Amino acid sequence: MSILVNKNTKLLVQGITGRDGGFHTQKMIDYGTNVVGGVSPGKGGQEVHGVPVFNTVADAVKKTGANTSIIFVPAAYAADAALEASEAGVALVIIISEGVPTLDMVRITPYLKKNGTKLIGANCPGLMSPGEALVGILPVSIFKKGNIGLMSRSGTLTYEMVYQLTSSGLGQSTCVGIGGDPVAGLYYEELLQMFQDDPDTHAIVLMGEIGGDAEERAAEYIRKHVTKPVVSFIAGQTAPPGKRMGHAGAIISSGTGTAAEKIAAFESVGVQVAKQPSEIPGMLKKLLNL
Amino acid sequence: MKIHEYQAKEILARYEIPVTKEVLCYTVAEVKAAAEKLGYPCVVKAQVLTGGRGKAGGVKLARTLADATAAAEAILGMDIKGFIVEKVLVAQGVSFVNEIYAGLTIDRNTKSVVFMASREGGVEIEEVAKDNPDAILKFAIDPDLGITPFVARKIAYALFDDSKLANQAVVMFQKLYQVFLDTDASLVEINPLVITSDGNLLALDGKMTFDDNALFRQPEILALNEPDEDEIKELYAKDKGLSYIRLDGNIGCMVNGAGLAMATMDMIKLYGGEPANFLDIGGSSNPQKVVDAMNLILSDKNVKVVMINIFGGITRCDDVAKGLISALEQIKVKIPIVIRLSGTNSKEGLEILKNANLPIVETMSEAAQMAISLA
Repeated sequence: MSILVNKNTKLLVQGITGRDGGFHTQKMIDYGTNVVGGVSPGKGGQEVHGVPVFNTVADAVKKTGANTSIIFVPAAYAADAALEASEAGVALVIIISEGVPTLDMVRITPYLKKNGTKLIGANCPGLMSPGEALVGILPVSIFKKGNIGLMSRSGTLTYEMVYQLTSSGLGQSTCVGIGGDPVAGLYYEELLQMFQDDPDTHAIVLMGEIGGDAEERAAEYIRKHVTKPVVSFIAGQTAPPGKRMGHAGAIISSGTGTAAEKIAAFESVGVQVAKQPSEIPGMLKKLLNL
Repeated sequence: MKIHEYQAKEILARYEIPVTKEVLCYTVAEVKAAAEKLGYPCVVKAQVLTGGRGKAGGVKLARTLADATAAAEAILGMDIKGFIVEKVLVAQGVSFVNEIYAGLTIDRNTKSVVFMASREGGVEIEEVAKDNPDAILKFAIDPDLGITPFVARKIAYALFDDSKLANQAVVMFQKLYQVFLDTDASLVEINPLVITSDGNLLALDGKMTFDDNALFRQPEILALNEPDEDEIKELYAKDKGLSYIRLDGNIGCMVNGAGLAMATMDMIKLYGGEPANFLDIGGSSNPQKVVDAMNLILSDKNVKVVMINIFGGITRCDDVAKGLISALEQIKVKIPIVIRLSGTNSKEGLEILKNANLPIVETMSEAAQMAISLA
């Protein structure tokens, strides 16, 4: 098992005729993901890597039964693309596009929630369940099927962590890049619950980052609801205050957001925090008695 | 993106939110003329894109022409946290009975715009937030409904006991939310919002910042952008597809991805070194980016060694290697370089670098330790 994506995933690619959309469609097909269709307005009827292209998501869902959609369209149109997928009944939507206006994300959130659509991203690398499905842009060669669930706000830091895990013989159930934007879809709490409920996930790695109070909230959630071992790393422990390091930190919640506060919050609920990613495999092995 | 107080108040005034009468001045002579026109007392306020100007002496009350002149002479040219004051705002003095805080921002937990309000407005609002967080009320605004009259009333009556003031606030708060939406703001703040001695609401100060992701559809806001020296470098970087922030250390860093870039800086500090910059070369695999990135790092004369940490995803390691070789051909790099390449096409990349005799290490921590020993 795994969470969110697996062999039953029927994937739609919105923006399939674009440069990135086309390139990663091929990568996902190569990995064995069931890519059933693409959407690109005005290009319906064409094929990309053998995948049929439709003008609208509604059309594509009707013809293919797609249950998941990945969005590669330009940032200015990404929120609308997510609404279109939600309206067509797609259960899980992943926005890869970087630079989506924050208020666009605010505006679409209630509608997706009303429809029961799960959202990941924007500005994220997507997700991967090794041996099951790749729905994203992650480099497949570093992954290995196994029992560690991983979530991270940063793309390349996810890769770094996965590489360290795999090198130490620790495979992964699912790895989720949740994205670094101020307003994003599924976050730590929802994913912690999914990993907690997944019988094939034995331990969880949470890669946090400075800014906001999501890690503090995750710590509180772990205290109440998570019995599986969780280990963490916080990026940006030495970042100067007041600078936005590529990812947008939050302005609200004064008194939270620094690395020290996040580390303290985790340690207070028994979550070990690594000084560098390479310490994590050792921590996990100890916790899992491997 | 940040703008000045006077610019924020111009925007608020456009929405008929009452602001102080004021004049923007660039010279002492202009300040004198403005003070004479507005009358006394008046306030001379530094216009710089940083906080804490009051505590730095950048805001002075003037009761006479001599006061105004002295204030202008003191403030114009003043250095506030590295920002040189080039213009000041001369604002009419206002007598008031109370200071309120009103601000709008994005709340990542409720995934909505949140209205923050406090009866304890003024310069100490950050201390209030820290020491007495309950004194700051937060109202999440439903994105579908917006700030309906009843929501505005809820906020207004939490702040004002007097119905006349509450009624003024209801109208003002709805407009404030509209400003936030219309400009794709990330922060709209009036602090203090004062109750004047004659019983009206007036914005004494105004602050706005904007969502960089939305500037493409906000040409009027973008036109107000005044990047400082570091930001010009950052903008140059952005234009080249890079994300750069200058720091004070001597180890230049080139990394792909913001999270990994931060982790790299952390690693350098962990082993006792000091990073010279944060530099994310982003996700594409254009060799030219590596050339641009190298130029940017070397433009900082403090840099004694360059550490390159690439984890290939979309970025392909062989492209980075090619870019690096081409950069080293174009620029004479006189300082040592430490390279760590991993991920997509790393084998091909390492092969290219090996042929060029560049020092390669396998892990991030090795790279950091080697860079520190060379710095």
